[in-house]
Amino acid sequence: MGRLRSLPIPGVDKKLLVKDAAKLLPDPARRRFIAGGASLGALTLLTGCDVLDSDSADAMLARISKFNDAFQAWLFNPDALAPTFPESMITKPFPFNAYYDLDDAPEVDGDDWKLEVRGLVDNKKSWTLPELYALPQVKQVTRHICVEGWSAIGSWTGTPLRDFLKLIGADMRAKYVWFQCADKDGYNSPLDMRSALHPQTQMTFKFGDEILPRAYGFPMKIRVPTKLGFKNPKYVVSMEVTNDYKGGYWEDQGYNSFSGS
Amino acid sequence: MSSLVAADHQAGATPAEASGRKAIQPAWVRIMHWTNAVAMILMIMSGWQIYNASPLFDFRFSHSITLGGWLGGALLWHFAAMWLLMVNGLAYLMTGLSTGRFRTKLLPITPKGVAGDLKAALTFKLGHEDLSRYNYVQKLLYAGIIVVGIVIVLSGLSIWKPVQLHWLVSLFGDYDRARYVHFFCMSAIVAFLVIHVALALLVPKSLRAMIIGR
Repeated sequence: MGRLRSLPIPGVDKKLLVKDAAKLLPDPARRRFIAGGASLGALTLLTGCDVLDSDSADAMLARISKFNDAFQAWLFNPDALAPTFPESMITKPFPFNAYYDLDDAPEVDGDDWKLEVRGLVDNKKSWTLPELYALPQVKQVTRHICVEGWSAIGSWTGTPLRDFLKLIGADMRAKYVWFQCADKDGYNSPLDMRSALHPQTQMTFKFGDEILPRAYGFPMKIRVPTKLGFKNPKYVVSMEVTNDYKGGYWEDQGYNSFSGS
Repeated sequence: MSSLVAADHQAGATPAEASGRKAIQPAWVRIMHWTNAVAMILMIMSGWQIYNASPLFDFRFSHSITLGGWLGGALLWHFAAMWLLMVNGLAYLMTGLSTGRFRTKLLPITPKGVAGDLKAALTFKLGHEDLSRYNYVQKLLYAGIIVVGIVIVLSGLSIWKPVQLHWLVSLFGDYDRARYVHFFCMSAIVAFLVIHVALALLVPKSLRAMIIGR
């Protein structure tokens, strides 16, 4: 607890970050609203009638969201790179953003942590942090775009995920790489294989040339500049190569699953 | 075709009746107009809820006038209604251009004509005897809102797919500017809606023509 809590984040005012994050956070009461089918309230108000019952409207919206997944997969160009920026354009401070306060962010002990590898891979060995740090790393300065609309430019350094997948003998024809995280309530998120193999998709160990601070996902984050922020899991503890759609923390609540940018 | 002519002939329409039957607003305009109205209202109300998640300015839209309940619900509505808006809008543009309706109804727009009709409108002296011909204020507003409609779709696509469509984003400068453009286009459309609905209610026969055609 103590060691990481006092770890300073360069150029970042913790209090300010938490305040900003709290402001950006959707009202917790509204978060699971879609599951309750209340999304149609405003529409029935608008039309003054109840022609559509909310269950069928929600089912229709879910179907269209699935169609949008397929459309985005079709639109996705595996060679199209996310724009990169000079370091002078990096957003400072880079916002902390989660569904909890910074104080509640996972505190992972880097000495104990191991990345667990599961599913359709040849080598299921777990990886320690020093082993991962020894892999070749590249830096990218790209724009992080949040589902909420705001964006921020950051600098991330790490190993291209596709190099790691190759290294562990992953089945590249599998549909997803599914990540599980140390966040409270168990954050997880599926990443379609084509996005996982995108040249800029990265297992990130550093932010702004410093070891990834707790605020941004220590010890490892998956940086996917071709996806919205919530598809960039932090505090990753395991990855599974799979053909099954296992859902995700936000995806299950109604965010579009592909959410490509 | 021949059966249509025969039907016309059988009806034995006098010239006066024939002109009375001729629709002021053809069926395709009416269908697309109301389809667009539904799509636009869904887009605007869900868009306000999306805006609330990360406001560009120092205000939020009241929850009572937004659609979707929360950000995730609003996004589902927004990305569903966008198909209705885009497919209908594309069909409208193609039909409007190919039938020559845009050219004959909306052009030319002269500054002098606009100034004259605007003055007449503000002093309540603008006539509405012939609804099949738009005055210059109408021409300007209708042509203008088509342009705004195109820009709001392009800026929206830029925000939605800033990587895949990065060439489109560069048209607006960058991602953040495209967001502002998207917002200001929405504001222009809402302003247009207020004027448009108010005037339609002031001249009810124009509303009738958009519903039953005459």
